[in-house]
Amino acid sequence: MTPLFRTHAVLAVLALLMLALPLLDPSSYIFDLATRVGFTAVVVIGLNLLFGYAGQVSLGHAAFFGLGGYASAILTTHFGWPSMAALAIGAVAVGALAFVIARPILRLAGYHLAMATLSLAFIVTIVCTNEQRWTGGSDGMPVPPFTLFGWTLEGDLSWYAVASACLLLVTWGALNLARSPAGRALQAIRGSEVAARLSGIDVARAKTRVFVLSAVLASVMGSLMAHHAGFITPAATGLPRSVEFLMMVVLGGMASIYGSIVGAALVMLLPQVLHAFGAWETLVMGLILTGTLIFMRNGIVPTLRFWLQMPNKRVVSSAPESAQPEGSSK
Amino acid sequence: MATDLLQFLFSGLTVGAMYALAALGYALIYNASHIVNFAQGEFIMVGAITAAVLVEQGIALPVAIVGAVLLTLLVGALTERLAIRPAQGAPLVTLLIITMGVGLIIKGAVQLAFGKGTYSLPAFSGDTPILLGKTALAPQSLWVAGCTAVVVLVLAWYFTRTLGGKSMLATSYNPLAAQLMGIDTRRVLMMSFALAGALGAIGGVLTAPITFTSSEAGTVLGLKGFAAAALGGIGSGAGALAGGLLLGVIEALTAGYVSSSYKDAVAFVLLLLVLIFMPRGLFGSKVTERV
Repeated sequence: MTPLFRTHAVLAVLALLMLALPLLDPSSYIFDLATRVGFTAVVVIGLNLLFGYAGQVSLGHAAFFGLGGYASAILTTHFGWPSMAALAIGAVAVGALAFVIARPILRLAGYHLAMATLSLAFIVTIVCTNEQRWTGGSDGMPVPPFTLFGWTLEGDLSWYAVASACLLLVTWGALNLARSPAGRALQAIRGSEVAARLSGIDVARAKTRVFVLSAVLASVMGSLMAHHAGFITPAATGLPRSVEFLMMVVLGGMASIYGSIVGAALVMLLPQVLHAFGAWETLVMGLILTGTLIFMRNGIVPTLRFWLQMPNKRVVSSAPESAQPEGSSK
Repeated sequence: MATDLLQFLFSGLTVGAMYALAALGYALIYNASHIVNFAQGEFIMVGAITAAVLVEQGIALPVAIVGAVLLTLLVGALTERLAIRPAQGAPLVTLLIITMGVGLIIKGAVQLAFGKGTYSLPAFSGDTPILLGKTALAPQSLWVAGCTAVVVLVLAWYFTRTLGGKSMLATSYNPLAAQLMGIDTRRVLMMSFALAGALGAIGGVLTAPITFTSSEAGTVLGLKGFAAAALGGIGSGAGALAGGLLLGVIEALTAGYVSSSYKDAVAFVLLLLVLIFMPRGLFGSKVTERV
């Protein structure tokens, strides 16, 4: 099987799974959940390109996500802008913000980078909470429905279709990016920045680009999810949300696009299931997270792939030392 | 004016000492393993709540405090043994998320055992403020400042004068070389988690009379401690102390003179500036990347 064929075969399976869901005639609740998983998975794929592939950790992605949502909410409510224009301006503004801060911030490494992105997100959260006149403060504000040329996006199926289309498109794009020279440059940067520079990669530029790309993806999804929920609060920009995105990347698998989807689905579905546990919810969530990462240290998808490829090694070592990223030549 | 300033400084230094204790916990574990332990805030919370619950059960305050510190020390050691050691050799980010998972487990367990309500601890020596001119000083603030000073001195002694401390330092410089010198690096790691637990409990117990505590309190404290550690330079003891005090004072001054709703924002703007212009923190050492 050529890599190109295999990529499209897996994508086709993903698309079929998405098409299958409406045929099961699910409840409104399931549709709503699936739609949110789809939008979230796109954010996680963007973060995975930055974090899993290029090795640049961000604890502030919820800020970009929330800024997109607030741009849509404020521009449509207070200024009467069309939804699409608000979404686009939000994305452009977030992209510009990411571009400006990328160079000074991305010089930092590891935990310092985590702290810098986290600080940035914290500032955004505090502003959104305090500027009550525009944002409604900590109570949040309503967001009008998404309209395009007089047509209103409403109904479970329409939203689900939009989310699925976004996810398929971004998955396809990310898989291609990972295999392109730009994607390989990112992986070289994760391996060693100095070595990447010596191989002729413009490290600062590559990092800036992937940072802006992931920020814009988060912003657009933030806008769509705000319209979908019909409401936005400062929690959309908060640290718990950022940590959740990061958790999804690591749980699903670093440098694995499909892992991002699995991670997003798992982290969002678990609390729904665990709700039945009542007071035990937080404890069980922690146990599942810790246990999964102890036994599948490279994340679910890379570890499963490793087990499938080398079934007899399963007992010897729990995971490969360095999981092969998707998009690298095999 | 001067009275106000003094008042703000006192409250800032008290809160700062609390941040510094949290930051020292991060520094201990970071030094032994380069792991940033995101469960540190929960250690603080466990210490504070345990002491409060014991006192509520009618146990004498000093006994309750010792009990809380010992329990949290055990929680720290168990964290290393049950969650970090089984994942030995995993990428650092995986370990980081594992410590977040441990934080959730601790928080969940505390919620199960003691509920989600708030607890408070009586002040160690009464609530009558000490008056310095026109400035009122809570006696508990003196306890916080004094105990923080003692903890810092004990840590300095431990790291420079004892075999245990020196083996921890050796492990932080070069784990392999330390192992070849006969140091049991796994025990060092467990020791650092246990010490970080005890440190967290001390911080929690000291400040519980001032701030109240609940199962949710750990997250914010842990974050502020991490900010203080990053401000001073992760892994540096002096940096943790300076970063914590600085953060506390700046927050208090902002709350007093600018706006209390923006006090957290100022702390983080400052942190962002320090990180951009002094990427290793105020006291961090320079590191050269190896290829």
